Amino acid sequence: MNSRIAHIASNTFREAVRDRVLYNLIVFALLMSAAAVVVGQISIDIERLVVINLGLTAVSLFGMVIAIFIGIGLVSKEIEKRTLYTVLSRPVRRWEFIVGKFFGLAGTLAVNTFFMAIGVFVALLYVSHRFQNQAGWVLVALYFIILQFLIITALTLFFSSFSSPLLSAVFAFSLFVIGSFAEDLRGFASMTQGTTRWLATGAAYLVPNFSALNIITSVAHSQPVSGQLVLYNSAYALVYTAMAICGAVLVFERRNLK
Amino acid sequence: MAAIEILGLEKTYSIGFWRKRPKHALRPLDLKVEEGEIFGFLGPNGAGKTTTLKLLMGLIFPTAGSARILGMAVDDPRMKAQIGFLPEQPYFYDYLTARELLEYYGQLSGVEAKQRWFRVNEVLQRVGLPDVGGVQLRKFSKGMLQRVGIAQAILHDPKVVFFDEPMSGLDPMGRREVRDLMAQLKVEGKTVFFSTHILSDAEALCDRVGIIHQGELRGVGAVADLTSSVHGKVEVVWQGTTVPASLRALGAECHVTRDTVRAMLSEANQDAAIEALRRERLRLVSVTPVRTSLEDYYLQKLQPANATVGVGAKA
Amino acid sequence: MSSSRWVTVIFSVFLAISLIASVLLQRGVDQLRTGATLEEVLYISSPQALKRLSLGYDGLLADIYWTRAVQYYGNKHHDGARRFDLLAPLLEITTALDPQLLVAYEYGANFLAPQPPNGAGMPERAIALEEFGIRNNPNAWQLYYNAGFIHYMELKDYAGAAKAFARGAQVPNAHPFLAILAGKMAEHAGDRQMARMMWGTSYQTTKDINVRANAAAHLRALQVDEDVTNLEALTARYQQQTGRFPSSFSELEAAGMLRGTPRDPLGQSYKLMPDGSVDLRTPDDFPFIEKGMPAGYEPPVSPKILPSD
Repeated sequence: MNSRIAHIASNTFREAVRDRVLYNLIVFALLMSAAAVVVGQISIDIERLVVINLGLTAVSLFGMVIAIFIGIGLVSKEIEKRTLYTVLSRPVRRWEFIVGKFFGLAGTLAVNTFFMAIGVFVALLYVSHRFQNQAGWVLVALYFIILQFLIITALTLFFSSFSSPLLSAVFAFSLFVIGSFAEDLRGFASMTQGTTRWLATGAAYLVPNFSALNIITSVAHSQPVSGQLVLYNSAYALVYTAMAICGAVLVFERRNLK
Repeated sequence: MAAIEILGLEKTYSIGFWRKRPKHALRPLDLKVEEGEIFGFLGPNGAGKTTTLKLLMGLIFPTAGSARILGMAVDDPRMKAQIGFLPEQPYFYDYLTARELLEYYGQLSGVEAKQRWFRVNEVLQRVGLPDVGGVQLRKFSKGMLQRVGIAQAILHDPKVVFFDEPMSGLDPMGRREVRDLMAQLKVEGKTVFFSTHILSDAEALCDRVGIIHQGELRGVGAVADLTSSVHGKVEVVWQGTTVPASLRALGAECHVTRDTVRAMLSEANQDAAIEALRRERLRLVSVTPVRTSLEDYYLQKLQPANATVGVGAKA
Repeated sequence: MSSSRWVTVIFSVFLAISLIASVLLQRGVDQLRTGATLEEVLYISSPQALKRLSLGYDGLLADIYWTRAVQYYGNKHHDGARRFDLLAPLLEITTALDPQLLVAYEYGANFLAPQPPNGAGMPERAIALEEFGIRNNPNAWQLYYNAGFIHYMELKDYAGAAKAFARGAQVPNAHPFLAILAGKMAEHAGDRQMARMMWGTSYQTTKDINVRANAAAHLRALQVDEDVTNLEALTARYQQQTGRFPSSFSELEAAGMLRGTPRDPLGQSYKLMPDGSVDLRTPDDFPFIEKGMPAGYEPPVSPKILPSD
């Protein structure tokens, strides 16, 4: 069972690489280099700020785009192209297929982020000429970004298991935007009454909480992150990802392939 | 133990948005295929052949009924390790090379790492693609993809093999090779279940056939039985254009083409006819027993449903 | 089919568990992060840059910041806070993103300017906010009113208030009170009638329930102050006439000084104390009062503002 999941995961990774996804790293590298050079000319202190803000935001956005664009094809493309037939006629359980796909894409994003992180640190080094304790917090921010990727990947996989690529992309992107304001959503919900309040609160808790995982601004200002928050966020991301994958499996188990 | 056992397998779709109308893709099907057989599943397009195969592969779920392959349920991974499937007009991951695809499928089918390399090469050789292992599948022609499809179906040495229209996309040379391969599979003791609408292939290869039309099984039987000469006629061919009166007296139906005559008469009059020709000094070309072709049987079974439903469920 | 059933069962259970867990964890995260999102406004040194970054969705972003501002103030006020550090940046960002959001400027006048615990105690910043609003909405009379209001209430700058009201009175369709307030400012600056007029104007013209409730509370307080002043004047006169303080309001009635039992704005009767002072029965219901408080009365940390009528 595990080896099959591993094989599916590595094949998914291979597909992403051959799809020339990793070329985005070149664009990213260019962006970071340009920013670092340009910003290096401006006054001191703000350069670190800009590099961290820009770098982390770029990592986050690039990754989101990749996650969504590859994620939507994970299942639906295979069904449309019928490459799935010869896979499922083998001793591969449907849920193994879903889980394998997830790990493949998550792995791709992790590798991608790793290279991007190097780019950010190089740019940071260039503008500030030495590492500071800030670098540690930047790592935490990157870790949180990877957690965000896990969540969005699982969500896109979930949507991909039953709807078309375009709709999956729309849903996933909407949840990304709404999730970035999840805390505000809960605030709104607490201001309503009655049934609306129940529904709004329910929706507010169901939506992925990206706002708690977005610490780019505070890290840019060298604010520390509590270890407890790291723990809670990790657990939350894990649990939410599991939830979305379970949903994907349950849908896919019963799906008649065309 | 039967290799394939289908009991009352049924698939109904409801189509339409508001008032759902049922579409019977497959009406309750009962079928049994023994081990070591080559079974041909014949029918026109849209008859339900692919639906049946997809139900057997667990790609779609039945509305009713069940099926067992090698005595195991359709979703049992142990069973799937022992079957191979070639879908109609197969697609594969086009970013992989042929060898990579077969390696990957081998991994999924549980072929051990040590054996994989050998098996992959062996099977590529067998399907006639020895040199293109390193070429990306997106560059393969339709015929080559079909061969890869067969390769992935037999790679892990399965006991039962399912082919959906295996000859599609192949030129006559390719079709011959596939026919030979399928015959070879039978010699190796495998069971082959394939669907096709090309009757000559079925006639040449199959032990038994089943005929399906509009989702319903219309007839099942051994090819030999179905094509036995039930009519008891012979066809006599001779050179020349004259039809001797004696032959006409025997009740021959004659058909004259440029310089040969073909005559059909009952088997009982065969010797008398030959004698008549000898007397007239006409040159005999051939004497052939006339068999009901599978085509006749097939077309007969395709008639509307009030025709006979089955020659018998077992051979 | 049983292995498929197993899969369904197992994954459904996992789904349920992870759903519950995700809700619980989110609550935990919220605890750890109270106000963290809001504190990020402190890092937005340039609201204008934010406006550019919002790629044309500044209206929506303004609404989000506005809602955050309302919640922030409401929560802080409810907890009896003495510092409202984030209110000014929140309002400044809101108005930078959407300069036409007039209610934000109203909040500036009513909740940014006043001293804690009712406000952030930043009248100068509030004035700056109103001026920004005026630059972007020169024909919105409410903004001149707000500015004048702050000058009068918090800065005690009666000349400045008069000037602001006068400017506002010249705007087409200005509320008629602006001219009146400008005119009366010279003679009546500092007296209760002026304050009452201004709070009355606020009460009538605002569309925001929080601002209206606040104005109502102030009006009630002014009423109490006036009542208590008048009643204590009566008890003093009684004492002069009879040599002792009245023991109940009916004695005052009998002496022809009063008609009926005096009641506070919420309908409860006042309490007549032996030393001639008049107290409220439920002083907690009346924030902002300056008179009528029982001896040794400490106003509650978080003043209770009743929902407006």
